[in-house]
Amino acid sequence: MSIGADQREVEPGGFRQKVQEAFELQSVLVPFYAVLLSFIVGGVLIALIGVNPFTAYWALLEGMFGSKDNIAGSIARSVPFMGSALALAFAFRAGLFNIGAEGQLLVGGITAAWVGTWAWMTDAPGIVAVPVILLAGAFGGFVWGWVPGILRAKTGAHEVISTIMLNSIALFLVRWIVNSRDPLILRDPAASVPRTESISDTAILPTIIESQPPLHWGLFVMIGVCLLIAFVLKRTTFGFEVNTVGANPHASLYAGISVNRIIVLAMAISGACAGIAAASEVSGTNQLFQPGTFLFIGFDGIAVALLARANPVGIIASALLWGSLLSGAPLMQQEADVSIDVVRIIQSMVLLFVAADAIVRYLFRVRGEAGSHIQATSSGWA
Amino acid sequence: MAVSANGTPVLEVEGVTKTFPGVIANEDVDLTLNQGEIHCLLGENGAGKSTLVNVVFGLYQPDTGTIRVRGEKTQFAGVGDAIEAGIGMVHQHFQLIPVFTVAENVILGNELVKGPFLDLDDARKRIRALEEQYGLMVDPDAKVGDLSVGEQQRVEVIKALFREAEILILDEPTAVLTPGEVDDFFAVVRSLVDQGKSIIFITHKLREVLAVADRITVLRNGRVAGTADPKTATQQSLANLMVGREVVFQVEKGDAHPGDPVIRIKDLGVDDVRGVRTVDGLSAEVRAGEIFGVAGVEGNGQRELVEALTGMRPKAAGTVEILGRDATKMTPRRITELGTGHIPEDRNKHGVVGSYSIADNLVLNRYYQAPFTQRWVRNTQAVDEEAERLIDQFDVRTPSIHVKVDNLSGGNQQKVIVARELTGDVKALIVAQPTRGLDVGSIEFIHKQIIALRDKGVGVLLVSAELDEILSLSDRIGVLYRGRLVGTFDAADATREGLGYMMATGAAPDSEVVRS
Repeated sequence: MSIGADQREVEPGGFRQKVQEAFELQSVLVPFYAVLLSFIVGGVLIALIGVNPFTAYWALLEGMFGSKDNIAGSIARSVPFMGSALALAFAFRAGLFNIGAEGQLLVGGITAAWVGTWAWMTDAPGIVAVPVILLAGAFGGFVWGWVPGILRAKTGAHEVISTIMLNSIALFLVRWIVNSRDPLILRDPAASVPRTESISDTAILPTIIESQPPLHWGLFVMIGVCLLIAFVLKRTTFGFEVNTVGANPHASLYAGISVNRIIVLAMAISGACAGIAAASEVSGTNQLFQPGTFLFIGFDGIAVALLARANPVGIIASALLWGSLLSGAPLMQQEADVSIDVVRIIQSMVLLFVAADAIVRYLFRVRGEAGSHIQATSSGWA
Repeated sequence: MAVSANGTPVLEVEGVTKTFPGVIANEDVDLTLNQGEIHCLLGENGAGKSTLVNVVFGLYQPDTGTIRVRGEKTQFAGVGDAIEAGIGMVHQHFQLIPVFTVAENVILGNELVKGPFLDLDDARKRIRALEEQYGLMVDPDAKVGDLSVGEQQRVEVIKALFREAEILILDEPTAVLTPGEVDDFFAVVRSLVDQGKSIIFITHKLREVLAVADRITVLRNGRVAGTADPKTATQQSLANLMVGREVVFQVEKGDAHPGDPVIRIKDLGVDDVRGVRTVDGLSAEVRAGEIFGVAGVEGNGQRELVEALTGMRPKAAGTVEILGRDATKMTPRRITELGTGHIPEDRNKHGVVGSYSIADNLVLNRYYQAPFTQRWVRNTQAVDEEAERLIDQFDVRTPSIHVKVDNLSGGNQQKVIVARELTGDVKALIVAQPTRGLDVGSIEFIHKQIIALRDKGVGVLLVSAELDEILSLSDRIGVLYRGRLVGTFDAADATREGLGYMMATGAAPDSEVVRS
């Protein structure tokens, strides 16, 4: 099918429409071209500082996928983004903009680390201890997502404002909990840097490949969560309600859906997605909690989710891209003398082009989505 | 029919075609407007009236065809050019800023200045002069938000005149007015043409066309279906031209056989979004097997009444009993489950989820019940089967049940809602503005459905701003005025004039309403 396919030729319910729907081509094309365009612009930038962009990109590619360890490291780096992106995506389906993944990760992470150090965990078998620590993380995130949800439902406080504030609260709260020596809360008194004590060995997610960072079973946990969320949204009655509230809250109320209940649950489940990702990191990567571990993972999750257009399965792919780029960047700096910041710039441009998709559609002649053409409306006499 | 000094019409539209992706909105449309005449543009929704005037007003550029103003071929790049050429438009939805005064609104975008300051004095003088010339009395210093709808409309007309418009386009100007205000507005329109202005008047109300037009052009499916002379045309002939087939006006309806009350409203009080008690001390009863019509000018509490009855808005006072159960504090879902159907006033806001398929919209009130859901998981096959059955039964015109509701016409969207709300064990039906913006064919269909339901013993509460609709459907009529029913009549005793008077004043004049 040609990219510039004229929409009028597509009969509703016709074969071509079915093909289009099946592959959701449109939703993949724009992000794909956005990535391509960002690398082109990034290449120009690299050329401007006097480096051959192809050399730089080759080094980046090598850093990402050059060896088995590099591949494993890239994947490992991607795993937490799946959770933080889901945190945005799930709430997004209910029409909410949860930018509190940063805080939800921290609260989920510290809850997991705390539960992981409970004495009885050492005696529990892994089959119990691992789910417990993951659920503890999910619970911490759930609570931290529930708060802005309930504030929105009961007082109308906008979730963007409240999640930003809760990010700050979580950041300083966690820092205090882990820093404080007097009273001693969760700090490991023996450690020279602020961190919690190590979790019980039984609560550790097994490592698959000893890469940097190590690739562990958290990968499968998070892919599982992505698929579960996809199922919930696509097939269940609850998912239908979430989507309906997001698509038209007025009609939802009219249809008898308790909009407030959905708002609270959507925010809380979003938080739980971030929380379980944090728990997987605590359990599989660090075996303890250090503030700073999750810096920017929450915010980058917004980008990952938007790149995937809030599609939970798409998030797996976009998280892998995101993590791999970050993982490959140091080699580019080492070999081609191009700063890691260039990767950051490219990533930001990807988002910019996804958000301002008119640019991409114009450059690559991607047709607009059905009904999205801009309609002229009158605005009075002026 | 006056013709301008040199005999050329003030506006000539020739062979205008305007297409949007997938839609031909106008095809080869001709229209001429002579000086000092009222030219009515008649057509159903989606017939292309608005597109045509938007082309004339410079909002759209035509694909082909020419527009001549006073014999001169023109091409408008935008609204500014059209205003420059002396064309003014009064939109159906007013473009006014409520917190500004009349004078401030009028000069907006065309500010008179004295040095760095606004020259409101001069503006006021000019507005007063215009008001006197055309009989448009509005205080230039009043805040627009404090004015009645009729007065606001006059402000819109003054705005156009202030910009020295010679050709005025009025887009469905009477849709928001009470019967009395309509008469006043017609007087204003008359005085405008008497003083040489020329007017394009858009409407789908046949009665008004015959009352006010000098000439009539009927649009159908984007094409000119014909022109008519108001002296010889009848409502029937115009309707046939509009729809393209013989239209049945009178709804066929047997006698009502009312039973026990299904909805009992007692001293109901409801606050609107601003916290103002919009429904205050309203009591009414709707019995099984009858249609109880609530007549009233919009904004007298209709919306709040319906939202309160269906559980979407809390009741501030009083009680509501539905089918013998106290429904005062029930949620919308509980009220639906009692056996209540609800056709909402605002189709797109409340009635449908536009981005969902027809199938999903058809089960929006039952999606969580078996067989549409089994153990938390949706059974899309059952949904699809039900949808196929309903689009057949209710004649929803669509190539597939998987088409997004946004892509349906207004009439078909309303059929989707009607199909959904009338399916199942419905014993009480609350209907608000069921045919707003619909074409004659869909109106016929929906009216028949409502009457069929009444004949099956369902109690129907009908709220409508269309007095004709109330009169032709209702068995009993209540007049809603400032949040309460100021009178209740048997439909057989009510007259259009009497109800109109009561809607506007809240008082029954001597014996005008009841014709004994």
